[in-house]
Amino acid sequence: MDEFMLIFRHQDGSKLASPEQMQIWMKQTMDWINGIAAQNKFIGGNGLPFDDARVVRHNHVVTNGPFGEIKETIGGYIMVKASSVDEAVEFAKGCPVLQGDGNTVEVRRIAKGDGIH
Amino acid sequence: MKPQELLPHLFRTEFTKITAVLAKHFGMANIQLAEDIASDTFLLAVETWSFKGIPENPTAWLYAVAKNKAKNSIHRQRIFANKIAAELNDRESDVPVDIELSEKNITDSLLQMLFALCHPCIPVEAQIGLSLRILCGFGIDEIADAFLTNKETINKRLFRAREKLRTEKVVMEFPGNAEIDKRLAAVLTTLYLLFNEGYYSESRDPVLRDDLCLEAMRLTYLLIENPQTNVPSVNALFSLMCFHASRFEARKGKSGELVFYEDQDESLWNRELIGRGAFFLHQATVGNNLTKYQLEASIAYWHTVKTDSEEKWTNILQLYDVLLQIEDSPLAALNRAYAYSKVNGESKAIHEAEKLSLNDNHYYFTLLGELYKDLDHHRAIDNFEKALLKARNKTDQQTLRHKIEQLSKQH
Repeated sequence: MDEFMLIFRHQDGSKLASPEQMQIWMKQTMDWINGIAAQNKFIGGNGLPFDDARVVRHNHVVTNGPFGEIKETIGGYIMVKASSVDEAVEFAKGCPVLQGDGNTVEVRRIAKGDGIH
Repeated sequence: MKPQELLPHLFRTEFTKITAVLAKHFGMANIQLAEDIASDTFLLAVETWSFKGIPENPTAWLYAVAKNKAKNSIHRQRIFANKIAAELNDRESDVPVDIELSEKNITDSLLQMLFALCHPCIPVEAQIGLSLRILCGFGIDEIADAFLTNKETINKRLFRAREKLRTEKVVMEFPGNAEIDKRLAAVLTTLYLLFNEGYYSESRDPVLRDDLCLEAMRLTYLLIENPQTNVPSVNALFSLMCFHASRFEARKGKSGELVFYEDQDESLWNRELIGRGAFFLHQATVGNNLTKYQLEASIAYWHTVKTDSEEKWTNILQLYDVLLQIEDSPLAALNRAYAYSKVNGESKAIHEAEKLSLNDNHYYFTLLGELYKDLDHHRAIDNFEKALLKARNKTDQQTLRHKIEQLSKQH
């Protein structure tokens, strides 16, 4: 069994939603995660809020951001267990983030640190 | 509460409290900052709770996050003031960072916010918009929906109102004894209009209509709970709202359309609210300061009795007579003429109504049409047609067309 990270990219992270929309989004995310957890394949995850976000550059210049510089920003991630990348991709397909046009979920295998990967 | 209602519920109840307390802390000039911090707090809640589950005490979680965000914001402002604008007076550093989200401070802040937003320097329309946003936690979409306009218009209106708060240096504080009557009158006007906005809104969304009314009632009740503002006029306004609200269910049609008073199933009227209305009307009939709210509440009380009787209409007519002495409004004059017809018959009422000659008002012609209905159907149709030409909203137009059709069929 491998571990994968599913990274959500949003096209517009600053969009303010109504409480009803927030509720729907929260419920969908919880349902999605619960579905993975029910198979005992959910490891963990979190949202990545934009406030106090910083970008540190190679010359140690620190800027607020990443706002308006890149089209897609990372809004959160979860980690799952899956027997293959295909299974992890199936999990990713259920992610509510994908309802937004232009949003993506990136699936990456997490290195095991066993000297092979 | 069902979990799927948690967030909207929390938003309605807590957004307002957080905004009021923070605005008190930052000053009204920075009200936008207070709103932004409250909004951000909810965004963070969604981002965190979705993955980690809902905390045991969501309200406490929200308060703690809001406090932290506020402190960070003050900290950033200080850095700006010290490092970048050092020549400016550093007001912030004298203010201790102690944001108190206690029950007492929340209630006080909400009341002070209510008085600040209903400041006479702000146009009434903007007062209602700001109150909906800041005191009721409504989204821009919902406000636009309620006013039947678009988001841009509402955003501009709110922006100008916030500017006005800044330029007029409106302070969040409880008005002094010398001022309180005048300021309270302005607050009551806004709450009255806020309620009416919901009650007579043309929005097809019945939930939204009721929400507006319930929010107006909640804010009015805040004033009743506070000893200094628990005065007869406030009780009267609350009573009026209870009587109207008792008909919420009965006035809801199957597809969200309005069911008119005459066609309502009175078994759907909420007896509990009628009872509460009667209680607060009783509370309002002390002292000798008669306002239009006592009169309108009394008129509304008589409308909770559906059966027509001489007693009912004689009382309503008398109440309208007094109301017109206090406030000369065309709508009250037309309603008086209707009550007059119930007491003295249509032909006398036509004579009374024609004296008003409100030739620009479609309700005027609608009333004349109603009064002529049994006497002269040609004139009735003629008046309804005149009304139709002047009626602007769809509900009114439909009702009038229906009336004309019915009359044409009969004869």
